[in-house]
Amino acid sequence: MTKTYSAFNLLREGLRGQKGWGPAWRSPKPRATYDVIIIGGGGHGLATAYYLVKNHGVTNVAVIEKGWLGGGNTGRNTTVIRSNYYYPESTALYDLSVKLYEGLSRELNYNVMFSQRGMVVTAHSEPEMELAARNVNAMRLNGADADLLDVDQVKKLAPILNFSPDARFPIHGAVWQGRAGTGRHDAVAWGYARAADALGVDIIQNCEVTDVITEGGRCVGVATTQGEIRGGAVGAAVAGHSSVLAKLAGYTLPITSFALQAFVSEPMKPVIDTVAFCPPYGTYFSQSDKGGLVIGGGLDRVPSYGQRGNMPIQEAVLGGLVEMAPALAKVKLLRHWAGIVDVTPDSSPIIGPSGVEGLYVNCGWGTGGFKAIPAGGTLFAHILATGTHHDISRPFDPDRFITGRLIDEGAASGIAH
Amino acid sequence: MQLFPCPFCGDRDEREFHFAGEAGKVRPDTAGSEAEVSAKDWSEYLYTQRNDHGHVREIWMHLPCQEVFLLERHSVTMAVIGATSFRDVGTKEASA
Repeated sequence: MTKTYSAFNLLREGLRGQKGWGPAWRSPKPRATYDVIIIGGGGHGLATAYYLVKNHGVTNVAVIEKGWLGGGNTGRNTTVIRSNYYYPESTALYDLSVKLYEGLSRELNYNVMFSQRGMVVTAHSEPEMELAARNVNAMRLNGADADLLDVDQVKKLAPILNFSPDARFPIHGAVWQGRAGTGRHDAVAWGYARAADALGVDIIQNCEVTDVITEGGRCVGVATTQGEIRGGAVGAAVAGHSSVLAKLAGYTLPITSFALQAFVSEPMKPVIDTVAFCPPYGTYFSQSDKGGLVIGGGLDRVPSYGQRGNMPIQEAVLGGLVEMAPALAKVKLLRHWAGIVDVTPDSSPIIGPSGVEGLYVNCGWGTGGFKAIPAGGTLFAHILATGTHHDISRPFDPDRFITGRLIDEGAASGIAH
Repeated sequence: MQLFPCPFCGDRDEREFHFAGEAGKVRPDTAGSEAEVSAKDWSEYLYTQRNDHGHVREIWMHLPCQEVFLLERHSVTMAVIGATSFRDVGTKEASA
């Protein structure tokens, strides 16, 4: 059975009718006890399992997934990877992620198709240009790459955008992050799953957690649809359903769940080779390697767990796209979907102890969970293995809602989550 | 568009409504000089959400008429169960 992917193996299997490939990961029966149980087989859960083995040598690990790999938020986003934030804490977190993504395909022996095509965030007035300059300065001071572009530079990068002075929001310039880009979202989940499995992690799919077992106030395992599983430490990475799990376990979270919609158009010839985001239109898009436009926007207005969108945001996003790039007005949509994101009051994630001893949380990523998968996994693995924070995860502890040290990226960098 | 019921105006387009928060939260009592509210209690009031999966009770405002009311709906199916004006039931009862 062919275990690794290489040009030679691809060629050999091509000549042999692709019959030599084995499954990328096993489907084991759960054991009674593990050192660490991770609830949630999305990107963050699988990455956490991988880094638990790789960075900390914790080999007896289970990932429990109620559905199938890539069926949740990991497969429901718009694949953008970036670190264009404002506060030092955020840049440290998201830029760690971009750096890990840069080496990920090689590290996992799995092509996650991270394409550093860059991202433009346009500014549409002189005051916005001043704020853009402030953001570029902050990003540079925090160690991320950023450039302030004038309108001619934006024109060269993304000529399809609307540069008419009669546009509803005329473009004055942009914030550019060249190391940003897009990745193949399913491949990130599959790549981590395959690598974690190869290191001995048990990935248990179609296994829903029905209860959290506590003894003497300490979490000692979970009850699942495949029986009881006990663990030394339990980590919950269940974005979208963080509050549902919190209710089972008896802790509380400052989270509201919303649907976030995304769209893919019919495939077409290349029209843009970067990620473009026009904040006043509430729309961003990029073009996938298959040629489809991948289009996203803001959160729905109504709290929801229904994995489908509502009309007002569809109209805003697609109307925004047509304002942003009028040449795309006749493009047909191929698919449309929504994922459930868990939004915190300061638009920053929550990583740390849940309040129930032995149970830790990695949640609250809002609309930005996909780009943070490698960093989220690294930091969560550190917490689960050592019981203490990594320097980068410390500011994101849930205690910030009591001390008041919020990291308010929603206000600071004007992100849509 | 989904229609939401305003107790004052009747069924209207969802875009006319503003979600204002979960119902049932009681602001910590700060009346009187003795009242000392801990950071934890303030945090609970300001940030902690029930965020229920299923039947939810929420405070909404119908923006054109400024009616503030209690909306009961299902957070998975999005079905509207009912709307009650705070003028009819009194703020205390509706938030209990």
